[in-house]
Amino acid sequence: MTAVKGTNALLGACGLAAFLALGEVVPRLGLVDEDYFPPTSRIADALATELADDAFWTALGDTLTGWAIGLVIAVSAGIVAGVLISVTPYLREATASTIEFLRPIPSVALIPLAVLLYGTELRSVLVLVVYASFWQVLVQVMYGVQDVDPVAEETARSYGLGTWARVRHVLWPTALPYVMTGVRLAAAVALILAVTAELVIGAPGLGARIAVAQTSQAVPEMYALVVVTGVLGLLINVGARTVERRALAWHQSVRGEVAV
Amino acid sequence: MLDVRGLKKVYEGSGRRVEAVRDLTFTVDAGELVCLVGPSGCGKTTLLKCVGGLLTPTAGEVLVGGRRVTGPPPDMAVVFQEYGRSLFPWMRVRENVELPLKQKKSSSARRRELVADALASVGLTDAAGAYPWQLSGGMQQRVAIARALAYEPDVLLMDEPFAAVDAQTRADLEDLVRGLWRQRGITILFVTHDIDEAVYLGERVLILSSSPTVVQEQLKIDLPADRDQLHTRVAPRFAELRTHVYEQIQAAKRGTPVADRLVKDLTDTPPPSKPQ
Repeated sequence: MTAVKGTNALLGACGLAAFLALGEVVPRLGLVDEDYFPPTSRIADALATELADDAFWTALGDTLTGWAIGLVIAVSAGIVAGVLISVTPYLREATASTIEFLRPIPSVALIPLAVLLYGTELRSVLVLVVYASFWQVLVQVMYGVQDVDPVAEETARSYGLGTWARVRHVLWPTALPYVMTGVRLAAAVALILAVTAELVIGAPGLGARIAVAQTSQAVPEMYALVVVTGVLGLLINVGARTVERRALAWHQSVRGEVAV
Repeated sequence: MLDVRGLKKVYEGSGRRVEAVRDLTFTVDAGELVCLVGPSGCGKTTLLKCVGGLLTPTAGEVLVGGRRVTGPPPDMAVVFQEYGRSLFPWMRVRENVELPLKQKKSSSARRRELVADALASVGLTDAAGAYPWQLSGGMQQRVAIARALAYEPDVLLMDEPFAAVDAQTRADLEDLVRGLWRQRGITILFVTHDIDEAVYLGERVLILSSSPTVVQEQLKIDLPADRDQLHTRVAPRFAELRTHVYEQIQAAKRGTPVADRLVKDLTDTPPPSKPQ
């Protein structure tokens, strides 16, 4: 098992190294225009310069702030709304078509609205981040709540658990795996929207910095910043998975097959 | 202790009307172990859910200790057939047993005592820290029994609790239940489709007819109180009683008009996930 894991890690590292090497060689051979596709080493240099720059860290902080606040709002609102809608049959019937209409609207289509409302402030970013990630959580929570096992529910009722106790001890743990999936998806979407908003609206953050690098023809710097956003996305996904695994140690998807 | 009077349950839905239980009247005395046996699909589970306050009967009433059942009674515990779904996989064994006690607002010292005692009496003291899914099926059902015992019920309902375990485990669990019953003097209503199990366990066996269900016969089991798997099951009296119950059930099936049997076949074998 660990041997397989080790081999996989090695293969992954080889693949990445090959990709980086290709990025170095292809521009140097003149196969692509070096001005627009700088070799890996130049991007690495630019990245090092960025990392030494205070303004870069401020931008990173701005992006993460928008991401985190937006995600927290979306997750809390998604959970509360999802549980309420699912446990109230009337509400479910009444909201189903509205949700199906609102959900597919791409968040970026709301950029003009956000700009009208809040200009280039953080709040503009939040509007887009929250709108995009809210649905991810809401839909998962609604699936999760419907997954409650009737036998578990009857057991809880027969032992005198009231509504609140059943929500806490039966409904919530049942829905948790779905909630976790929703949060993981929402975290990824939130980052995309945070960077997009900064890029398009010009709200302070990594996205705005990418836009500045582009307009000032600082191509390697632009690539370096893109790399940073990629790494950020990777870290967020790894982090979300770790949290998920810890919270769901009891769940089939995590515990795997147990020999009895 | 347990008084079922004129119980009737009709399911109505999607243009179909199914009379699961027609008219059931019986009593279970305090400290008695009564087995309910009947052909499959005869509404045993429906009956049990009405008794447990999980379903509202269409007519008739259920009294526990003289009080009319309108919701799950506080002095009653239920052991379900589907132990794997009845135990919460996100809680350890100890927490599963303890959860109902928390709702009862028992003090934490008392809770610890009850949990330890209940787990000890089903022989699972060592498994307290495990998750249910780390245990075998038989052990999981023992956890569910421990949870019921810790709740200190006057009445214990068991809904085909051993239908999903292997034969040897089943024999052990039967002896466990009988032992606990004699030790603790709980009133037990044990629903099963297994005739041998009903005769082996019960002081009295209620034989139900096919759906729509009535009590076909009440049979006193005059076997000695000390029973064991080896000797009781080969005793001539045991054979007579089980033959009698078997004949009654066959008669119950034959006695059903064809039209009713069609309805029965439709409602006969619900998938385990859907309560009847």
